[in-house]
Order: sequence, then structure tokens, then C-alpha cells
Amino acid sequence: MATVEQPDPLLNEDKTDGAGDGVRRRDFLDIAAVSFGAVGVGAVAFPLLNQMSPPADVLALASIEVDISKVERGQAIKTSWRKQPVFIRNLTEAEIAEANAVPLSALREPQTLAERTKEGKQNWLVTMGVCTHLGCVPLGAAEGENKGDYDGYFCPCHGSHYDTAGRIRKGPAPTNLVVPDFEFVSDTLIRIG
Amino acid sequence: MGQLLKFIGIRGFAFLIGLGFIGVLVIAFITDAVNYFKEPPAESAEHALHKANKDVDFSFEGPFGRYDQAQLQRGFAVFQNVCASCHGMQYVAFRNLEDLGYTPEQVKAFAANWPIEVPTINPDTGERATRPALPADRFPSPYDNEIAARAANNNAYPPDMSLIAKARPDGAAYIYSLLTGYQEPYQGYDEPAAELAERFPEAQPGDGLYHNPWFPNLNIAMPAPITADGQVEYPEGAPEATVEQMSADVAAFLMWAAEPKADTRKNAGLAVLIFLAFATTFAYLSYRQIWAEAKRKVVAKGPLDPEHMAEREEAKAEAAEAGRGVKG
Amino acid sequence: MSFAWAKPYEPKTQLGHWIDQRLPLPRMVHGAVGGGYPVPRNLNYAWNFGVLAGVFLMIQIVTGIVLAMWYNSGIATAFSSVEHVMRDVNSGWFLRYAHANGASFFFIVVYIHIFRGLFYGSYKAPRELVWMLGLVVYLLMMATAFMGYVLPWGQMSYWGAQVITGFFSAFPVVGEPLRVFLLGGFAPDQAALTRFFSLHYLLPFVIAAVVILKTWALHIPGSSNPTGVDVKTEKDTLPFHPFFTAKDGWFVLAFLMLYAAVLFFAPNALGHPDNYIEANPLATPAHIVPEWYFLPFYGILKAFTVDFILPAKLWGVIAMFGSILLLFLLPWLDRSPIRSGHYRPMFKVFFAILIVDVLLLGWAGGAEPTAPVVAVMQIATAYYFAHFLIILPLISKFEKPLPLPNSISSSVLHGEAEESAPYGLAKA
Repeated sequence: MATVEQPDPLLNEDKTDGAGDGVRRRDFLDIAAVSFGAVGVGAVAFPLLNQMSPPADVLALASIEVDISKVERGQAIKTSWRKQPVFIRNLTEAEIAEANAVPLSALREPQTLAERTKEGKQNWLVTMGVCTHLGCVPLGAAEGENKGDYDGYFCPCHGSHYDTAGRIRKGPAPTNLVVPDFEFVSDTLIRIG
Repeated sequence: MGQLLKFIGIRGFAFLIGLGFIGVLVIAFITDAVNYFKEPPAESAEHALHKANKDVDFSFEGPFGRYDQAQLQRGFAVFQNVCASCHGMQYVAFRNLEDLGYTPEQVKAFAANWPIEVPTINPDTGERATRPALPADRFPSPYDNEIAARAANNNAYPPDMSLIAKARPDGAAYIYSLLTGYQEPYQGYDEPAAELAERFPEAQPGDGLYHNPWFPNLNIAMPAPITADGQVEYPEGAPEATVEQMSADVAAFLMWAAEPKADTRKNAGLAVLIFLAFATTFAYLSYRQIWAEAKRKVVAKGPLDPEHMAEREEAKAEAAEAGRGVKG
Repeated sequence: MSFAWAKPYEPKTQLGHWIDQRLPLPRMVHGAVGGGYPVPRNLNYAWNFGVLAGVFLMIQIVTGIVLAMWYNSGIATAFSSVEHVMRDVNSGWFLRYAHANGASFFFIVVYIHIFRGLFYGSYKAPRELVWMLGLVVYLLMMATAFMGYVLPWGQMSYWGAQVITGFFSAFPVVGEPLRVFLLGGFAPDQAALTRFFSLHYLLPFVIAAVVILKTWALHIPGSSNPTGVDVKTEKDTLPFHPFFTAKDGWFVLAFLMLYAAVLFFAPNALGHPDNYIEANPLATPAHIVPEWYFLPFYGILKAFTVDFILPAKLWGVIAMFGSILLLFLLPWLDRSPIRSGHYRPMFKVFFAILIVDVLLLGWAGGAEPTAPVVAVMQIATAYYFAHFLIILPLISKFEKPLPLPNSISSSVLHGEAEESAPYGLAKA
């Protein structure tokens, strides 16, 4: 009974099998089994994580159409796109002139009003209503709200001032209000997204 | 109680409880049996006359079956022209129709031209209003609520169709059977119709009901919806629009509506099973490998174990044959 | 942990040493499911179902956590939130079907595990507490599964909740107030749904904790084995790792194939069509049945049809609860000193009858309760109680057990190799 721990060398045939090659069959099988397991766990982790990305119904709402026929010169409306506010502003000639009068060198993020609007429709300023600083909704879209020092938008959270082209002029925000992808479907209808 | 338990012991106590339960069951069994033979329960009309689903072949049956897009499109046409006037489909969105092979433009047109509009609120007045549907909208219900639906349908409620194919056993076959199953009562059984009529007079349809032995209650409030060949216009090259064909097509469409991910699911399933088959094989071989050693440790008790000598001799002979000299 | 020859944990790296001195978690794992846990070498495949149950507990917890990210526990939104998962959420159909069928497979695995314990006498000394903790897990699983089935708020969800909470109203005086208390209303409604969701999320973690206690209790005497003979020497055992990790590993994968086949190709086969109809408190389904894993108990409940001293409903409810609770007494009911059913010729016969009996009860519990079906339920229920309360205590007195092997390793060597070593390996 002495050799439980020392197997009989005669019956121990495996050791000679394929020992000549670098990797023995035994190692190969263990490695294959374990790597299959690892790949399987990885493959299962994908749907478990991917389920967190936006579902199909949310993605389907990615574009909206807005009727702008009722927005008078000098007025603005707030609408909602992807659950975020969008400001659509019909600029007056004075406001356009004010925006164009600013030298680009005075801007934190140099952009002209023309670059931020569609050709021939320079009076329609469409921006996200989300301050680029920390995401508050700036004031100035509705009648009588504080438009800040530059007659555009003013974010009350940390005092960022935007001008009539929605560009950052003063305060902590790093960039201009974002202009979303949009196009004019007709003169009175725009599609955002 | 404690003293009693001590006296008779836990097993004696269990024995008594067991006898108690069995006694009550014996009484119940005898009472039921006496009642059964005294007044044998009459067979109900539903039990006697209800027919099992017809046998239909659908392309999506089985692990390798997939939806047939052309059939789903035809089924959608039937739904649109026949079912949709009374039945809603609240969990399916117009955008889902792209799965049937329609382009986004076609889907947009379907949504915009859908006869029922989507409820909304007038942005100026705040009043209730409706607007044309968009692809992102789900199919609007033809009725505001169940009460309105019942009021308009002789107090019967046309159920929502989005899950109907999963909400009935073997749903697609059931829908097909139901749609093609309107008939006069008592026809098509082993017994003669006159005899059945005498035994089950209650199977006659009441006022505003229609006989259909594939419906669990035998009589259904919905009049036969698909009644004539060619009722729905089928496109060029499609099979002839017979009642059976239209019924099968709409059944397939409703199966898709209930389980739109079935094709994805089966494809994923095949991949997973193939992967697992390989993984299992490797894991099994690896397990055999690891255990081979353990088994040897038990079997090989030592060179001098008499039980083992025969095997040793055999191994020695083999080794000699192979030209390997072995000491011991 | 349990035997003198258990290999102690030796950290291989400096980091391992450093951790071991501060938080000996690797040491604990090594002792629990690693090379430091000696396991009887002759375990057959019935012993794989404990680990498999742990795998399904994990599957249920993981899929459940992600489903809870989308599920909405309002009575007006619960059903549609489940449909939203099925239709719009990325891989949502997979997660929901994995969870729903995972529950069924969890029960399949646990039932095999329980019947393995019943046949091999795993409940006998010194493993009584292992058995009882297992029963606690089973009871918690039943509560969790029941509440989980209510969450989609389909017709069967609603009426199942109505019927099962109705059990409590069978008890005189306290019953009805207790039912109203549990539901937070007079019928299943918003209050009930929200609390069921809360508890459905909580209980699996309680189960996991009890499983840890159970594993701890198991590792004191070590695993039982098909001969029922105690481990005597090191020859009788093999370290859990790599031998049983390898054996469990391939078996888990093979079992997952079965699970995947149902999940991907017949995901609704084990469910009820009525649960794809939203709950309607004004219309009862023609035939209310619980999920399949409760059917034997449903059969016991319905077997009592006659008011005798107590109302029939109360008899049914007492018998149903009693049928599980009596299992807690099993270590003291079955006094045979022989653990394994292999060496108990009479027990073996009654055990086979018990299996058929429980399957019959399950079938009858799900069938339409016509007179013959009810009669089957009554006979089967009577046998169930007779088996545990009368037959088991008695046969140990009359039975002549077969001779036991001297030790596990001698059983592997002599004659019983077929039953006591893994399939295919024993023959050589």
C-alpha cells in the first residue's frame, strides 16, 4: 500500500505520450477549456452591458420637426429634442448686426454668426439650451428673462453670458452654445437631428 | 404537548399526523366518489364541441424556421384593411415595420396615412387633439378606452393584437383556425348533427354571436372578418388571396407582432449552442485528462499488490513488444 | 478544513503573502472550493447539482439586476415595461427570457439536488443542518419565484397573487386581516406590486447568504458520497481543485446547453400564455395554474375537497405547508443508520414510488380538476404523507440492508465501481 502517492511507473503511460512536443496534449486541452470559458464569459458580458445603451424607442425619437411659423422677429421658442431644451430664435436685424460687429479675436471660440446659421436664413439661430459649462438651462429665450450683458442668453448657475449668436462672451463656460444638426424642410418647418 | 411528544416520541407523533392527513383524504376520496357516481357530471358543450387547432405550416416553425418577409407584408395588408378598424396593436410601433422589409419612407407613409390618428394636445389651446402618426409612434388604438370599445361593439371588447399570438396556446395556428373556422353549429363531428343539437342546445349562438368551434366558448362576438377571396388586394406575384391564404398571412404577421425578435433569437441560439458544444467537448476532454491520473492512483495500489499482477504482466509484455525495457 | 490531510494554503507570490496576512480571502476560497477541500473521490453526477444550483443563482441575480434597470413597478406600467424590454431594449429579449427560464432551470436543478439528498440520505447525521439550511433556501426560492412571477403583471401574475395570498385567509380569525396586511389592500394592487418588487430584489441576496452558511456547515463533515460510508483516509478523497472543478466545469457547460436550447428555441414553453394578457382584476382566466415548479403543492392543496372538522380549504393549506415543513423533521423520521439508498432494498422501492408520486401530483396539479384527476391527487397526496410520516420511520425497523463496503476506495476497487466512480472511468 505504499505507492498511493507514487503511481506505478509501468501504468503511467501518459507521460511518454507526445512529450516530445513543446506543449503536451494535456496542457492544450486545459488551456482550450479555460479559454473557451473566458470567451464565453466575455460573450455573455456583452449583452449585460450593452442593454444599458439607448433602446430602440429612444433612438427613434432622435429627430423632430418644429413648426416655426409663429415665431416673430425678436422672439424665441423653447422646444425639446432628445429630452434636452433647444432654443430657436428669430433674430432682429439689430441683433444680427450686433453679432456681426464683434471681432473674432474677441471670442473664446471664434465663430461667425453665418457659420452658426443656415445660408439665407441667418435670422434663425438654433442652439441647444444647455450651458456648455455644467449643463444648466440659460435664461433669455422667454420674454422678459435676463439676457445677460450681451443680449443673448445668461446662465444663472455660474454667470455665463452668451451673445446674440449664442457665443460665450463672459463667465466660466468654455465654448459657444452647441448648434445641433438641423435643416429647413420648408420656410416654416425645421427638422432637428 | 412537550410531555406528550416525549411520551410518544417524534416518530409516533409524525405517525399520528400522517394518519390524520390520510384519514381526511380517504373521507374526501370516498365522498367525491359517491357524489361522482350519484350524479355523474354532465359533459359541457365546450368540452364536447371545441375543436383542436387546425394544422398549418408556417415558415417560422422550428429552430431553423424564419419569418417570410413577403408573407408578413401580406399579413400586414390584411391587418391594415381588415383587423385594424376594431383592434389596436399598442406595443408595436410603425418603425418596427422596417423589419418587414419596408423602407423608412414607406413606413413614414404608412404612419401618416393611418386612418386613426395619435392623441395629442393642441400646443396653443391645451385641448385634446389628434395628429397624424409618425414612425416612432405605436399603432394607435381605435377606441379611447375599453368602455368605448365595448359600447361600439355590442358589449364585446376587441382585444389588443400586439401579443395575441403569444397569449393563446399555439397562437398562430389558433388565429388561422379561428379566422377560417366560422361554421354552422354541430357540423364536422363523429356524432350526427341532429343528435349533438339535442344534447347541447346551448351551443347555438345567441344574439349578436357567431358560431366558431375553434373559439373556446364556441360562440364569438366577432363576425367572420375574412369572408371572400380577394377581400384584400395582393401584389403581383403573391399567392392568390384566398380566405385561407389571407388568414395564414395575418396569423404569421401577428406572430411577428408578438415576437418580433424571434429570428434574431434563433440565430443567436444556434451560435450559442455551437459555441457551447465546443466548450463542453474541450472541458470534458480536459476533465478526463485530469481524472485519468486520480483513477490510476486508486487502481495501482503498488507493484506487489496481487490483484494487480495480471495487469502488470500484460503491461510488461506490451512494453517488451514495443522494445521498451522496463525495470521492476 | 475538515480532514487532517487537507492541503493548507500556501501563497505562491509575495503579494499573495501580503494579502494572506491581512485579508485571508484566497485562503478561504482555497479551503472552500480549492485544493484545500478534500472531496470523496466516488461522487457521481448527482453531486454536480449543488454547484449547478449556485450557477443558476448567479445567473438569476445578474440577469435580474439588469432587468431591474428597465422594469417599472407601477400597475399601469409594469406590463408595458416588460414589453419594452422585449422589443426595444438592446438584447432585452435575451435578458428577460434568460431570467424567466433561469428560474425554471434553477428549480429543475434544485429538485434533482433535493432528490439526490433524499436517496443518498444526505440529511442524516452529521449533516442535519446542511439539509435544513437547504430547505430554508428552497422556501426562500419559492417566495422569490412567486413574487417574481407577479412582477410582469399579466393575468396569471395577478390571479396567482390573488390565489396564493388567499391561502392565508384560510386560517380562522387572523387569516383575512393577515392577507390584507400582506397585500396592503383588499386585492393585489399597487402596494402589493411595489413590495413584491422590493422583496424580489432582496431575497436572492438572503438566499446567497444562506448558501454561504450551508456551504460552511457542509465543509465541517465534508460532502457525503454515494456509498454513504464515511471518509476514512486520504485515499478516499481528492482535492476539490482540480478534480471537481474540472468535473463540475464540463457538466455545467453541458447543462447550460440544455438551458440555452430552451431559452433560444422554446422560451415560452414553460410559461403560460395568459401571462401575455395584462392583468385584469375583473376577468379571471378559465384555469388558474401556478408555474410548473409549484404544481405538486397545488395538487396537495386541491386534494382536500371535504369539510371535515376543519374547512376543506384550511386542510389544503395546512397540508401544503406541512408537506414542506415535514422535510425539516426528516433526519429524525428516518432512523436507518445506512445513509445510501443503494444498500437499502426496501427504501429503494419506496423512493421510486415517491418520485412517481410527486410527478403525478405535479401533473394532476396542472390538469383540469375533473373527478378522476382529483382522485389521483388524493391518492398521491396520501402517499406523500405516508411516505415521510409512516413508511420511512417504519422500514428502518424491518429492512435488512445490504453489506456496506469497508471504505470509499475499496468500493471504487471492488464491484461497486460502476456506481461510485464517474461514468466511463470506472470500467478500466
